[in-house]
Amino acid sequence: MKLAVLSGKGGTGKTFISVNLAAAAKNATYMDCDVEEPNGRLFLKPTKVKSASVDTMLPSFDETRCKGCRQCVDFCRFNALAFIKGKPKVFETICHSCGGCLLVCPHHAITEKWHPVGRIERGSHEGITVITGILNPGEASAVPVIHAVLDDTSAHEGHVVIDCPPGSGCPVLESVSASDYCVLVAEPTAFGLHNLQMVVELLMLLQKPYGVVINKIEATYAPLEDYCAQNGIRVLSRIPYSKKLAQINTAAEVAYEQDEESRKRFQALLQDIEAEVRT
Amino acid sequence: MKIAIPIDENKEDTSICTSFGRAPLFLLHNTETKTSETLKNPAADATGGAGVKAAQFLIDQGADILLTLRGGENAAEVLLAADVQVYKAQAGLARDNLTAFLEGKLDKLNRFHAGFHHKQ
Repeated sequence: MKLAVLSGKGGTGKTFISVNLAAAAKNATYMDCDVEEPNGRLFLKPTKVKSASVDTMLPSFDETRCKGCRQCVDFCRFNALAFIKGKPKVFETICHSCGGCLLVCPHHAITEKWHPVGRIERGSHEGITVITGILNPGEASAVPVIHAVLDDTSAHEGHVVIDCPPGSGCPVLESVSASDYCVLVAEPTAFGLHNLQMVVELLMLLQKPYGVVINKIEATYAPLEDYCAQNGIRVLSRIPYSKKLAQINTAAEVAYEQDEESRKRFQALLQDIEAEVRT
Repeated sequence: MKIAIPIDENKEDTSICTSFGRAPLFLLHNTETKTSETLKNPAADATGGAGVKAAQFLIDQGADILLTLRGGENAAEVLLAADVQVYKAQAGLARDNLTAFLEGKLDKLNRFHAGFHHKQ
């Protein structure tokens, strides 16, 4: 079973839920697709970490062969190529590495070169395989690193928990696409509800089954409960705001391993999700 | 000398467009013939790289000068490589900016934003 944990809004507790679901699932794989700020590794502290580079392809021009026909410029739907003063120019942050310019160049003036955009790290923690995607600072697109994480098939015997980036854009869509079920983590606030609605809209487009976890509850926020009830969205768990959980989190410990109440809660949540996926 | 201005509408008293890459139209004024033409911006609806495409379009049209409120750094890279001079326009009518430029009242635009794409 592949579970994607997402939220729309940042800071709702995606990593908290993901890490603890992975801990509850035992021989699981935890995948950190929040590649701009991957912090599941701070809690899971993986050991025996191996790192691999993630590279994309960029076109490279042989100016002696280029005849200036501009077929590549006209072909590029991302507008990553320009032709200025008789020379082709690539905009690296706009290029999507599709390779189309190579195919259309009638003069074979284009080759591809590797461009490093980030890396993935593989390690383990108490039987959990921890795969972390890390985007290099300054890179425009997180998607190639997310693909590298999701394509890692080194140890997928048990459940896979995918810790998604915040938002509802391309990186989230990519992270969610391979999942069997989505867990939406929402804060009981107006902002939390608004961004939950954006993610619900995305998942309806993708036709993914999902349930909601309301996290950091100090008091019931009726509009969020009403929204879920009116739209037939199942609330899988309601996690109260607690000083004890905050202390465990700020100490970068795994609540499942430190706190009996959390252990029971995440075991129940996992069983609930397993039952949802089976039906 | 050809002066380009991103504009909102195809009429004489059109306002200057707040966007460069996604402006619907460009006004191209030829100072030798003292004539102006309105050109459709082929990058207006681009899903990405609009600044690059719009800048390419203007250099292909032979523009020497661009008057704009703002511009992205990718567009600036294309324009500056092609020796197009970019001047900072003032919000308001396109023709007022053209007059101001011809009277030497506009300054060079030397700050370009990092673009809005991929801000997810």
